[in-house]
Amino acid sequence: MRNQPDYKQIEEAIAASPRLIILRQSCRHAGLVIGAIVISVVAVMALFAPWLAPHDPFAQNLDARFVPPFWMEGGSFTHLLGTDHLGRDYLSRIIYGARISLLVGTSSALIAAVIGVTLGVAAGYFGGRVDFVITFLITARLAVPVILVALAVAAIYGSSLEMLILILGLLLWDRYAIVMRASTLQLRELEFVQAAKIQGCSVPWILVSEIMPNLLNSLIIVATLEMAHAIILEAALSFLGLGVRPPLPSWGLMVSEGRDQILFDSWLITIPGAFLFALVLAINLVGDGLRDVLAPESRN
Amino acid sequence: MLAYIIKRFALALAVGLFVSALSFFLLYAAGDPATAILGPSATQVDIENVRRMYGFDRPVIVQYFDWLWRALQGNFGWSYYLRVPVEVVIAQRLPTTFLLGICAIMFALVLAVPLGIAAALKPNSLIDRAALVLSVVGQAMPSFWFALILISVFSVAYPILPVSGSATWRHFVLPTIVLGYYAMPAIMRLTRSGMIDVLDSDYIRTARSKGLTGRQIVFKHALRNAIVPVISLAAAQFGFMLAGSVVVESVFAIQGAGRLAWESILRGDIPTMQAVILIFSMTYVLLTLLADLLNAWLNPRMRLG
Repeated sequence: MRNQPDYKQIEEAIAASPRLIILRQSCRHAGLVIGAIVISVVAVMALFAPWLAPHDPFAQNLDARFVPPFWMEGGSFTHLLGTDHLGRDYLSRIIYGARISLLVGTSSALIAAVIGVTLGVAAGYFGGRVDFVITFLITARLAVPVILVALAVAAIYGSSLEMLILILGLLLWDRYAIVMRASTLQLRELEFVQAAKIQGCSVPWILVSEIMPNLLNSLIIVATLEMAHAIILEAALSFLGLGVRPPLPSWGLMVSEGRDQILFDSWLITIPGAFLFALVLAINLVGDGLRDVLAPESRN
Repeated sequence: MLAYIIKRFALALAVGLFVSALSFFLLYAAGDPATAILGPSATQVDIENVRRMYGFDRPVIVQYFDWLWRALQGNFGWSYYLRVPVEVVIAQRLPTTFLLGICAIMFALVLAVPLGIAAALKPNSLIDRAALVLSVVGQAMPSFWFALILISVFSVAYPILPVSGSATWRHFVLPTIVLGYYAMPAIMRLTRSGMIDVLDSDYIRTARSKGLTGRQIVFKHALRNAIVPVISLAAAQFGFMLAGSVVVESVFAIQGAGRLAWESILRGDIPTMQAVILIFSMTYVLLTLLADLLNAWLNPRMRLG
C-alpha cells in the first residue's frame, strides 16, 4: 500500500496552477491564517468604525471618568472597555484608533516602497556608479537614528497625521532598497532578461515587464514587515507626545494618556497596548508566512 | 588589506559628513533659531542682535562647517534652554546611556546566541520553535508598552524593582530587559542560520570524521565561524539601541542622553538635539566601521590577500 503512488494526488498537482498551490499552502500555514484573521478584524474595525463604535470617541463625560471594563469590579456593559481620564468610551476610541494605525502603516509603507524600490532596482540593474551612489545613500540612511530624527522633524515642522506618514515614509525605505537591489542583481544575469536586452527592448520596458514582476513576492514580504515597523514607530512617537495629536485616538497616545494611572487603573495601558501588539504581531506573522510560502529559499 | 582599510575609512568619513550635513540642514533650516532663543515676544532689534551674536546671519553652508569644525573639537555651542555648554550636559548624560546600551546588548547576546545555537543543532525541535515564538513576539512588542507592563508587574504588583531613576544597578534591570529584548530576535535568527550553514560545511564533516566530540565541533570549529556576522550585527544593534534609548529612558525616567534628546526636542533646544543626533549617528558609523575591520581581520582570505 505504502509504495503505491497516489495517482489522484499527482493528477491534482499537475492540474493545479502555481497560484492555486500558493493559495493552498497559505491556508495550511497556521501563522499566516491567524495573522490574516487578526488583520481582517482590525481592518473591519477601521472601515466600519462609525457603525461599530457604541459611542462618540470624542464625547467627554467628566461624571464617568475611569470606569473600568465590564469584567472588572464597577464595570458595566454601557462601556465595555471602560472610559478614560476624560470619561470617553474606551472601546470607541480603540475602534477609531485602528484607523490611525492602519492608515499610517499602509501609507508610509507605500511611500517608502516607491523610494526604496526605485533606488534598489536602479542600483541593482545599472550597477557601477549608480550602484555606488545608492549603496552610499543606504549606508547613510542606516546611520540616521530614525526615532530621534522623526521626533525632531515632527517637533520643528509640526506634528500632524499627514506629517507623520510623510516622515516615516521618507525614513523607512532602507530595507526595500537593500532587498530589491540584491534581487535585481541576481535577475539581471538571468537568460530572459538577457534575451530581452538582445532583442533590443528598451530599459524601461525591461525593468517594468521583466524585472518588476519577479520582484513582487519579495516586495510584498518587505512591505508587510515595514508596515508593522511604521505602526510601532507611530505609536512610539505618539506615546512620546510628538506623533498623532490629541484628541485623535491613536493607540500609542492612549497608552501615554493612561500612563499616570499605572498604579490603580493599569488596564488603561494594557488594552490599547494589547491591540497594538496583536496587530503588529499579526502583520509580522503574515509577513513571515508569506516568506515561507512565496520564497521558502530565503527562510534562513 | 590596507587598501580595504583605507576604502572603509573613507566610506565612514563620507557617511559621517553626509549624515551630519543632512541633520544640520534639516534642523537649522527649519525655524528661525533667534526666535527660538528669545521666544515669540522678542522685538525685531533683539532678534537681529542675537542673529549677529550667534552668527545666524551668515550663509547656512558656512554655519555648517563652522559648527562641524567646533563640534570636532568638542564644542557644541550653548544649550538654548539649559544655558550651559551642550558638551557639559552631554558629558553628564552620555555615560548612563552607554552603560544601559552595553548592559542591553550583553543581555541580548547572552540570551540570543545560546538559543540560536540550540535551535540550529535541532532544527524544528521544540526549542527551535520556542525560540522562533520568542523572536516573533519580541519584534511585535512595542517597547514603551513592554516597559510599562514590566513596571506594573515588578514595581507595582510585586514591588521588587524600582520604578524609575538610575541610582543603583537595580534601576537598570528593567530598562536592560526592554532594550535588550528588542535586539534579541535578529541576533538569534542570524546565529541560528549561521550555525546551520556552518554545521553543513565540509570542514565540520572532516572534524566529525576525525572523531571529535560534538561539543568540540560546535564550540571550537562551528561557532567561531558562525559568530563572525553576529559581531557586525551586534555592533549595528548597539547603534539602534542608542536611538531606542529615547523611549526607554523616558519611560523609566533615566537621566541619559536619550532622555536629554527627547527633552531638548520638546523644548526646541536645537543645539542639544543636534549634538545628540550627531553623536548617536557617529557612534553607529564608528561601530560598524570597527566591526567591518574586525571581520576583515578575522577572515584569513582578506587578511592575507
